[in-house]
Order: sequence, then structure tokens, then C-alpha cells
Amino acid sequence: MQESTQTAPKRGGVPLWVQIIVWVALVALMVVVALGLNRAQQGTVQPGETIPDFSLPLLDGYTYQGKDQVKFSELRGKVVVVNFWASWCKPCEQEAADLESAWRYYEPAGEVIFLGINYVDTEPEARGYLTKFDITYPNGPDLGTKISQFFRIKGVPETYFIDRNGVLQYVQVGPFSTEAQIRQQVDRLLNQ
Amino acid sequence: MKKIVSLFLLTFIFSLIVAVPALAQSPNPTTPSDDDVNAIARDLYCPVCENTPLDVCPTQACIQWRDLIRLKLAEGQSEDEIKQYFVEHYGARVLSAPPFDGFYALIYIVPPIILAIGLFVFSRSFRSMLKPLPAAGTDDSPEESPQASAGESADDYMHRVEEELKKRD
Repeated sequence: MQESTQTAPKRGGVPLWVQIIVWVALVALMVVVALGLNRAQQGTVQPGETIPDFSLPLLDGYTYQGKDQVKFSELRGKVVVVNFWASWCKPCEQEAADLESAWRYYEPAGEVIFLGINYVDTEPEARGYLTKFDITYPNGPDLGTKISQFFRIKGVPETYFIDRNGVLQYVQVGPFSTEAQIRQQVDRLLNQ
Repeated sequence: MKKIVSLFLLTFIFSLIVAVPALAQSPNPTTPSDDDVNAIARDLYCPVCENTPLDVCPTQACIQWRDLIRLKLAEGQSEDEIKQYFVEHYGARVLSAPPFDGFYALIYIVPPIILAIGLFVFSRSFRSMLKPLPAAGTDDSPEESPQASAGESADDYMHRVEEELKKRD
């Protein structure tokens, strides 16, 4: 038996280093695919998560505290309502007037800030939409869809209610039916 | 003669009155056509619909984006400038061919590497399959042929058998 193992024929197979590279590449590919699938299934950011910092350049005609852009980290201490919308989105129109009305209700006290984030839209149509609904709270485009990727939005409209510490507390997927629904969420955060 | 000149002047003025509005209504030669717009739109994808080129996308949003391309072309922007505007506003995912940059570079690098490794592995395996195996139990030294070695061992065996028979006699 020993003799037969010693004299076994050697085949010129694939070198070990090539085999290692192939297996490492395959494992890396599977990891990338798994991460992609995991991210796709994650859904929007969840209540309890801290929202990462982002900057929103404002559309012409909109300012916040004299600046033409809003930095999220500078809003600590205020309740923040972030609304994603688009001019081509019909359900967005349904809640536009209620959002503006709620903003006008909270604006004088200065404890709440509403931010409108215009998701993949064209500027002329976005301006038309804002004029049509007389939206006065700060609004800006989501350049390169970076902010919507932070929030992992699944569509528009989506509204995020963030507490004074920058922690997400409530997500509304789809439009609000009434102004009372918006105020209920804001009041809850103001009373915390 | 005066009458002819007056008639000529009247005809000229009348022609001007008729021709000027007609000229004003004729299409502006610099207005981009649908073909001009679609030539760029076919290289872009709808940012909100899955895998739909912009030139064939029927949604309201896509109609707005095609109008935007028309507007940019009318302003004199080049194809590259318009595509760059779309990338800045909607992300690189709107491009049908992603840029050779950052994470997207992997799309161009990884497949050729995998293909090269695959071809290398295949060629090595194929060559080893075609190569004849050396006979089992023989020495690989080139000076001694397998046949000669087999003959010698047979002679040795016969010699030992004969010696054994002699002993018994």
C-alpha cells in the first residue's frame, strides 16, 4: 500500500495560489451581493436611530437664519420635520397644504423646523409646485440623492420626525390626511 | 410712371405685412428636435423607475426630464454638460454606462479579471488532461526507458527462479 502511494502519478493541476485567489474572489463577490441584498431589505431608517449630519442647499428665494443652506447638526435643540416630496408626485399634493399650515402654526415659537427635500425633480416644476401651494418653510433639492440615501427612503412622500437630540422618533410613509396628524406627532416630541 | 412706382411700393409694403408674421411663426431653427433630445435621453435612465431608459419612459417625471434636456440643449449646453448636470442632481445611477470612478470602477475591473482567471484555470486543466500519465511504479529518470527497466526486472526474476529450482534438485 505504502509503495502505491509513493508512486502515484502527479497531474499538472491548477497552482495553489490561483486556487486561493479564485476562492477569495468568490467569497468577496458573495459578501458584496449579501451586503447589497441586506441593504435593499433594510427599509427606511428606524425610530431610535440617530440621523447622520447632512447639508441641504436651499432653492433660490428660501433662506434659514439668513443662510442659503441648512446644516442638520446646527438644528440640535429643535424638533425637525423632514418631508421628502416631488412635483411629479400626486400624493405629495394631498398633504402639501397641511404641512404648510402646520409650519405656520409652529414657526413663531421657533422650537420646530420643517425641511422640504425635493427628491429627483426638475427645478422649474419644483418651483411651480412650491408657488402653487405657497410653501414657505425651507426647501432644497436632494443633490445626487445623497440625503434620501441617508434616510433610505422608499418613495415620496415620506416624512421623518426627529427629536431635539437628532434621534428619529416617527416615520410617516405616504401622505398625511389632516393637519392634526402632523401636529399630533410634533406635539408629542415637544412634550418629551 | 408715378402710378407704377406707387403700385410697386404698395405691393412691397403689403408683402412685408404678410411675410413678417409668417416668419415670426416659423419654427426656430435652434429649437432642439425630439431626436436631439432622445439621442441624450437614451443614455440616461429614469431616476425613479427601475431600469427604464429616459427616451422611452412614459411617466410624468420622465416627460419633465426630457423637457429639461430640451431646455439645456436650447441654452447651448453640450451632451457631456447635460449628463454631468443629471449626475450632480440625481446621482450616477442615471447613467446607462457608470463612470470609471470609485466603487463603479469595480464594474470595469472585476469582470475582466474573473474572465482572465477563468481562462487560465481552464487552459491549465485542459493541458493536464491531454498530458499522458507516466507508468506507475517506474523511475522517471530519462536515461532508462520503461521497456528496458521492465526487461531487466523480468530477467532478474527468471534468474532467481532458476536458482531456486537448482537448490531443490
